[in-house]
Amino acid sequence: MKLGDLFKPKTMAVIGISLTNEKHPANVIYNKNNLRLEAKVFPVNDRGGIYQGDKVYASILDVPGKVDLAVVATRAEAVLKIMTDCIRSGVGGAVVISGGFAETGNKGLQDQIVTIAKEADFPFIGPNCLGIYSPPYVDTFFIPSERIVRPEKGKVALVSQSGGILVDHMVKLAGEGVGLSMAVSIGNKALIGEIDLLDYFTNNPETKVIAFYIEGFAKREGREFVLKAAQCPKPVVVLKAGKTPSGVRAVSSHTASMAGDYEVFSSVLAQYGVVEAKDEFEFIPFCEALSCYQNPIKGTIGIITGSGGHGALAVDACLSHGLSVPTLSEKDQIEIREKISQRIQAIASFTNPIDLTGSAMDEDFVTATNLLSRKKEVDCILILLLPYVPGITSDLGARLSQIYRQTGKPMIAYVPHIEKYLMFIEGFQLNQIPVAHSIEEAVHMAEALRRHQPC
Amino acid sequence: MLTQEMKNIILSSKVMGWVLEPQAKRLLSLAGLDVPRFFLARGVDDAIRFANEINYPIVCKVVSLKAIHKSEKNGVEVGIDSERKVREAFHRFSKIEGFEGMLVEEMLSGLELIIGAKNDYQFGPVVLFGIGGIWVEIYRDITLRMAPLGQRDIDSMMRCIKARPLLEGYRGSNPVNFKELNKLLMTFSDLVMNLQSDIESIDLNPVFCSSNKCIVADARILLKK
Repeated sequence: MKLGDLFKPKTMAVIGISLTNEKHPANVIYNKNNLRLEAKVFPVNDRGGIYQGDKVYASILDVPGKVDLAVVATRAEAVLKIMTDCIRSGVGGAVVISGGFAETGNKGLQDQIVTIAKEADFPFIGPNCLGIYSPPYVDTFFIPSERIVRPEKGKVALVSQSGGILVDHMVKLAGEGVGLSMAVSIGNKALIGEIDLLDYFTNNPETKVIAFYIEGFAKREGREFVLKAAQCPKPVVVLKAGKTPSGVRAVSSHTASMAGDYEVFSSVLAQYGVVEAKDEFEFIPFCEALSCYQNPIKGTIGIITGSGGHGALAVDACLSHGLSVPTLSEKDQIEIREKISQRIQAIASFTNPIDLTGSAMDEDFVTATNLLSRKKEVDCILILLLPYVPGITSDLGARLSQIYRQTGKPMIAYVPHIEKYLMFIEGFQLNQIPVAHSIEEAVHMAEALRRHQPC
Repeated sequence: MLTQEMKNIILSSKVMGWVLEPQAKRLLSLAGLDVPRFFLARGVDDAIRFANEINYPIVCKVVSLKAIHKSEKNGVEVGIDSERKVREAFHRFSKIEGFEGMLVEEMLSGLELIIGAKNDYQFGPVVLFGIGGIWVEIYRDITLRMAPLGQRDIDSMMRCIKARPLLEGYRGSNPVNFKELNKLLMTFSDLVMNLQSDIESIDLNPVFCSSNKCIVADARILLKK
């Protein structure tokens, strides 16, 4: 199915506008698109009338010209007729916001709309969803604009069965400065599901990382999903809900008992190089790291720090996440020691972690990073930057980023406290270097790069 | 592909919902897997005759329509080394509900592994590999992959289990025959794909793996309802 009209509509109709209730989802959607987004919007309501000075059309059939996207926010019972009209009038596709389908036991009605949509090759998202967030074209989320923290335009596409989780993760990505290409809440995913969207975003040039929140797959759908994801050149991240088995089932074989739904899910994802995040504390940094680096690493980590304690904690975290921190050869250690400023030669250590101590200056970080980035023993560098070390300036983030540009070796920075040290952080982020706010998070980022390959 | 005899075994077991051990082993052997020499004895004299043929010690197991988990019904006796013990075992097993006969088979040695399969709702056939024996569910040293397995999958399965050093030979023990184990997993994966419309799950447990061979000592095949 062709999904382009859904994500980049030039014209759209919002069906179900209320003339009396300003908080009705259809009104919220109409208003935000009318005021802030590019698609031209037409209000539709079967009683017609005037809304905010604009003519309300009594049917989609009356709307002039081609409508790319219809957003349906009516009672469930009205949806079948509306979808039939949309198909008749040549609408490109729909987002069905309305609830009251399979999720409330009304599977029959849901099957009916799927049947007519399939027959007409008419794509629709939902029902029971928030739909599509695709600025500057369209935003069908019935959340008032001022209530949401919008991530900047970026490279991560988010797909979620749950609308609430989707909005939450958008807010959190925004908080970390991770940009979003588009977001889709698929609700009951009656027609368009994860696999269709994986296809769409694989071919969408703005998207570099495809991230999913998944509650479960339909029969055998998981098989198709991982086989497609394995062919997709972009990293695919998945957060799964429902990891614990519900209720006790009588299982009569050892294999069936040990190969529970989640165990299989998790193992098969890893087998095909899909990066599974166990929780949101992994999900957000995984998205951030993979939006900066799409090539997998083996997971040999070089650590540069301004404090021995930070280095030690980072080593612990690396090892517990299956990453290694190889000791540098005698020769390499001597090389770095000799190039570093004389002041700290005697007190710094160079085994890996390279601990430059609290007496280090910008120049020492730059020298050490430059040399370490050229060692084949490590394929990713963690910079544990302590901005309160007196010899360090806010210039350092940008200077270190330059080294990544020259060597191409992935670099991950740790900087505590966002507001206080924003200058450092911006130096990295403007250059596409991911920044973590805890050591654990920095290690999660490195782990994401390692897991983005078949296990 | 499945031969007619393999299809018949599955077909005739459908009513019961699972395949009795002798038939399961016959099926596996037709698929190209190694199973021990075995004989289904309906009477005690047959059991003794076969025991003498394969030499003691031997293993005796109950074959019963009601005993899908034989060890839980005390229906497995290993290390039987005399005619007297064969008689005792037969006598005891014959009292187990649904008794059909006694399986007499050669006793194996080696590392006990489990190789299993499950028809997963979301992902279809998956293969399990790990340390076997009766305590598999306690140790849970297993790894799972979606079937069919490729060579890369098999390599990573063998690498992923905690007991990897046991496969390689630990503290003086011999390593398992990796070539045979590899072949077993590959053949099993093909079989599982061929049986995917019939099976719910399969346990090959234990599979005895030594430096010579990998032999499936017990098999439980559960069929779709």
